Amino acid sequence: MKVLYFAWLKTRRGLAEEELTLPAAVTNVAELLAWLRTLSPGHAAALADRPVVRVAVNQEYARAEDKVAPGDEVALFPPVTGGVG
Amino acid sequence: MIRVQRAAFDPAEEIAALVGANRRIGGVVSFVGLVREMAEGGAIAAMTLEHYPGMTERQLEAVVAEAEARWPLDACLIVHRYGRLEPGERIVLAAVASSHRDAAFDACRFLVDWLKTKAPFWKLEEGPAGARWVAEKAEDQAAAARWAQK
Repeated sequence: MKVLYFAWLKTRRGLAEEELTLPAAVTNVAELLAWLRTLSPGHAAALADRPVVRVAVNQEYARAEDKVAPGDEVALFPPVTGGVG
Repeated sequence: MIRVQRAAFDPAEEIAALVGANRRIGGVVSFVGLVREMAEGGAIAAMTLEHYPGMTERQLEAVVAEAEARWPLDACLIVHRYGRLEPGERIVLAAVASSHRDAAFDACRFLVDWLKTKAPFWKLEEGPAGARWVAEKAEDQAAAARWAQK
């Protein structure tokens, strides 16, 4: 699975993307986030503030119960702040 | 139509291209967003807009498709920049062309309100205390939520 980090999640994780092998027990977004937090202090720091972490699976917004699979592209980022005014 | 680009854009050229030879169009409403000098933490020297290539385009296309489903529009455009921008520079253009002005005014406001909460862009401001990521604003969520009901 390809995991991408944006904005301050990228800073805390220390990189923009990584390729991870998903354990069989991880089947949805909530399980994925719980597992990622255990991988390293950087992962834990990036995901410490769970309520503000937004998730996209294959470039579509995803919720906690949405499924994830080994071939997916998962992006983790804070709430978006585009536009102006 | 949507575009995500680093380069500057010229609103007059964009609007002329959007209208083209379509003589049904009775009006164009456009919004140009600029980099403000003053941010929450004080004056900023610049900001850097990060985005998610691929998803950003898809989300902007979805916002345009939603506007086209809600109003009778002849043409619709969003141009959004990324990268480092200084105060006074243009960040975003939303332009809507329609036979009648009501649809154009409403749809343009809708585009801007929705793209702010849906398109994956993040602002990093360079202020006196260093660089800081801009936090989401509750009023932006509220502005987008106004359009949730048709």
